[in-house]
Amino acid sequence: MFQRLPNAAAERVPFTIDGRPAEAQAGDSVAAALLANGVQTCRATPVSGAPRAPYCMMGVCFDCLVTIDGVGNRQGCQVRLEPGMRVETQDGKREIGL
Amino acid sequence: MSDLSGSEYDVAVVGGGLVGSATAWGLARLGQKVALLDEGDVAVRPSRGNFALVWVQGKGLGMPEYAGWTKRSADGWTEFAALLRDQTGIDVAYDRPGGFFPALSEAELEARAQQLQRLHNQPGVVRYDYEILDRAALRQELPFIGPDVAGASYCPLDGHCNSLRLLRALHAGLQHSGVAYRPNRRVERIEARDGGFRLATGGGEVGAGKVVLAAGHDNIRLAPMVGLDAPVRPERGHIIVTEKTIPFLRHPVGFIRQTDEGGVMIGDSFEDAGLDVGVRVGVVSTIAERAVRIFPLLGPLNVVRTWAAQRVMSRDGFPIYEQSATAPGAFLATCHSGVTLAANHALALAPHIAAGRLPQEFDVFSARRFHVPEAA
Repeated sequence: MFQRLPNAAAERVPFTIDGRPAEAQAGDSVAAALLANGVQTCRATPVSGAPRAPYCMMGVCFDCLVTIDGVGNRQGCQVRLEPGMRVETQDGKREIGL
Repeated sequence: MSDLSGSEYDVAVVGGGLVGSATAWGLARLGQKVALLDEGDVAVRPSRGNFALVWVQGKGLGMPEYAGWTKRSADGWTEFAALLRDQTGIDVAYDRPGGFFPALSEAELEARAQQLQRLHNQPGVVRYDYEILDRAALRQELPFIGPDVAGASYCPLDGHCNSLRLLRALHAGLQHSGVAYRPNRRVERIEARDGGFRLATGGGEVGAGKVVLAAGHDNIRLAPMVGLDAPVRPERGHIIVTEKTIPFLRHPVGFIRQTDEGGVMIGDSFEDAGLDVGVRVGVVSTIAERAVRIFPLLGPLNVVRTWAAQRVMSRDGFPIYEQSATAPGAFLATCHSGVTLAANHALALAPHIAAGRLPQEFDVFSARRFHVPEAA
């Protein structure tokens, strides 16, 4: 759905989405990296299970919540993608360290 | 919305919070024609800010009848929740898995044990099971307690619900049973006249054979209009709610509980702050820190909201139920446990009000109990 601007040529950053290898660019937020990789929905809401995707991209709407390196409910648009990050789409309520 | 002028009802209930709503709901169930007069959104609204426990253990030290009244309501809650669900389709998420009250030191645990023992040693007190669990025993039940937790008391009668849905279910039920709910009708004056009452509100006058004052903090102002006295004061409590997490805690643990929808509520501050419902960061930090000592796994959770609400406290902390001696159709009902006691207000108190007389067993709850030491 989304395409990068033609002049965007930055360092490649490898990471995983739900365990699958993926790649984005240095400077991407996690939410942008998901969108660039064609991820349509990044979570299901905790009560009704409705699908959600990154929306405002500026930290306000909380629709881009994902699990990053095992920690749930991270705002994907507010986290800079790092090499090797494990990003997981979040199905409902976040985890708790049991 | 229809004007109230000239309206005649069997009962006018003043106050649309949990006490007034549950009582009005119970009255309507008995076929009474009921008007529920509520303030607007500017009202102090403890019923929108409470912690949602249906809690028995520890209540009634100093008034054994209150222990019995509380247990009776908790015992009635399953039926009450079922009646609400059948009538409105709203599930108020009542669950009664038993509740723990944690202690953060051996001294605290010992004090808790003594408190519960003194409560149960009172003459005529209702008996119920409870246990004091040391750390090892508590870990069997809640393996994720922190290193500072010395133990807990446990009572199988304790439970919790979704109290916002409770208020909504009550109001849906009121509408369903034809109760005239009238918001923005602050009662300015009540006059006993011709064997009934005339209530002057900002939106017109209403006539009723009986009046129930269930207006929380505003009962202080209203009670003297019908020869009653409501010596209550606000006691502020803060509540934190975290983001929703997978279910890990079915039991309410005193001031920590996980809601049916997954958020963790943390509460239990007690402050004298007038009617101010502002949130104080210092209080919030203190209750959060204590909760993390009890359950360290709460530490990484994000807080999504904090708020404060005002308990309606009598001087001894027990409810006041009273019928006016000078205007016998007027009743007063006030307590700080509007959730726990909702089943009683609907199913046990309302029938007496419908019949027009509080029986003798309610004498102990009269505000006259506060007058004796003053006269001595």
